[in-house]
Amino acid sequence: MIVRVGHLYPEYLNIYADRGNIAVFERRAAARGHELQVEPVSIGSTVVPGRHDLLYVGGGQDREQAMIAPDLVRHGAALRQAVGRGVALLAVCGGYQLLGRGYRGRDGSWLEGASIFEHETLAGETRMIGDVLLESTLPEAPGRTIAGFENHAGRTVLDEGAATLGRVVAGYGNDGASGFEGCRTERALGTYLHGPLLPRNPWLADLLLAWALAHASGSEPEPLAPLADELEREAHAVSAARARERGGRPAR
Amino acid sequence: MGTRLALETSAARLVARLSRAAGRGGGTTLPGKLVWKLDPAALDELAAALPQGVALVSATNGKTTTTAMASSILSPARRLAWNHSGANLASGIASTLLTARDAELGLLEVDEFVLPEVIRRTKPGVVALGNLFRDQLDRYGELEHIAERWRAAVETLAPDTILAVNADDSLVASLADDRESVIRFGVDDPSRARTTLPHAADSKYCVRCGHPYRYEAVYVGHLGAYRCEVCGHERPPLDVAARAIEPEGLDGIAFTLTTPSGSARVRLAVPGLYNVYNALSAASLCLGLGVPLDELVSGLERFRAAFGRFERFVVGERTVLLLLIKNPAGANEALRTLEDGGTERTLVVALNDRIADGRDVSWIWDVDFEPLLSRVERIVATGERAAELGLRFTYGGLPPERLEVVPELEAALDRGLALTAPGGELVVLPTYTAMLGLRAIATGRGLTRPYWESAE
Repeated sequence: MIVRVGHLYPEYLNIYADRGNIAVFERRAAARGHELQVEPVSIGSTVVPGRHDLLYVGGGQDREQAMIAPDLVRHGAALRQAVGRGVALLAVCGGYQLLGRGYRGRDGSWLEGASIFEHETLAGETRMIGDVLLESTLPEAPGRTIAGFENHAGRTVLDEGAATLGRVVAGYGNDGASGFEGCRTERALGTYLHGPLLPRNPWLADLLLAWALAHASGSEPEPLAPLADELEREAHAVSAARARERGGRPAR
Repeated sequence: MGTRLALETSAARLVARLSRAAGRGGGTTLPGKLVWKLDPAALDELAAALPQGVALVSATNGKTTTTAMASSILSPARRLAWNHSGANLASGIASTLLTARDAELGLLEVDEFVLPEVIRRTKPGVVALGNLFRDQLDRYGELEHIAERWRAAVETLAPDTILAVNADDSLVASLADDRESVIRFGVDDPSRARTTLPHAADSKYCVRCGHPYRYEAVYVGHLGAYRCEVCGHERPPLDVAARAIEPEGLDGIAFTLTTPSGSARVRLAVPGLYNVYNALSAASLCLGLGVPLDELVSGLERFRAAFGRFERFVVGERTVLLLLIKNPAGANEALRTLEDGGTERTLVVALNDRIADGRDVSWIWDVDFEPLLSRVERIVATGERAAELGLRFTYGGLPPERLEVVPELEAALDRGLALTAPGGELVVLPTYTAMLGLRAIATGRGLTRPYWESAE
């Protein structure tokens, strides 16, 4: 099956190895006989709800994020519609922030977001940097671990009742205080974890691919055939151990 | 020198000797750490005591090599206080100034992040700024933030301090916009240029208006001849330039060095366009110190690779070539140099994730390994994050049967050697602490000398 991927602002948002996540989608889809067609969606192009089965938004430096933010807001309604129609979406780091309601700078300024996720981000005094380990809070995979790296000054505060990606085992997470990380709306996932996220957490890639395939075929998601994933498990174990030994220690 | 500083100095020199005697590495920063802890202002006094003042070099990539090239130019005629082992934080600089008793001139490589403080304390006569690439984001933060720190630091320079900047880096060049005493250097040879930027290039948007630059020539990363078609901002005219560049495989690279005081042909004994940039930066720094052209040329031609950057050692019937990789731009140039140099069959790549390597290993995904993956016969991935590296290669398209993951460095080196035919060369690409580890293994086998003995 052909999976149509919309990669948002790839030339602006690519700071934390975002092409690694795309490569993982491509190879893992190919291993199951599916083909990914990746299309850049950048400043000036149009998001058509239903056109893509999977959307990806990466992270950028502050300057690049500010450059694309107004364009992203313009796509807000179309993106919300796409999410409502069941598109799979992964937003990492800056992309995760930009898909919330907005970002409050330290000077009080307000950068409006695309309002996919029920959260707001506040600029913090210090950056939260380090290895992270999560236990998934997704009903599809309760308790499965996710290992990654975080580096963010923003404190992302979720609305009461908003669904999360995981519980923080080691590291800071959304705001260094709540004990949770990431956000979920329908089949859209947002997270601060990069590193990149997917090579060492292949089950999460497969879950997103299963959602994308369901969108493409108009059916319910089916679990994908497992792959060997030996190196993936090894890399996950090392990354998880790093988080336990040297991940951020939030003040709780 | 005040009494207090004199006391601290002799105590610190004792620590250096003890630290070397105890076999704890080169003792390169321990004495400096002591002085730096006791009295940071000692650095001001140590710098002020140098009769010919201080010259500083900073950049994301190439600062060790640039400083070593400048040393090669300057050392015949001057006694230098030079931090040749790459100890480029304030404590390492304090150590260097402490231990170089009779030095006339301070020649200091400075970490990008501490540059503002070192400028403030050492009051340099010349500062050479090479480039800003995305580096270890977990440690340095985003490069715009480094640029802002540099901008503030440049504003504190004395009006007669000479600032040498890489004109081909729009962000670095813009630091010199309002200054009088400036030397702008760059490459001017479109025949050696690429027309497209590499993946994940930095600083590709106009520093004035934010529009993407149009590049007439791309030389290294985002370094090149840029122009904004909206506001007209463009690369400034070059005072010091490299023209008519001729690569000589892995053996070196030749170019015509053009300066305000004339032109001359230079043949470097290290390869790669990035080393041409290092040579331009070193030449500009030395021009700022009043060095004549013939000394620039002979110094650059005498230069041999800096510590671990490009180092060969002999292992029985084979040679090992060590090329340091530490961030996407640097690694891309190392790979490009290998590509120009011929076909390597086996490669060892070593990834550690300690502080000096960057704890965040995501940068390996921004390196354009792909062309290599299609032609190499075998890659041995090693280091503390060997599995992560293995994923980088297999998801990048390397068939799994061409990959071996051997986390332990020494075993990986031996495996790489076993895969290399007698008479052949094994290329090893390590991150910083992996490079130290590999050198220690080589030293243990009697293949190279420790670095505190080998430089100078």
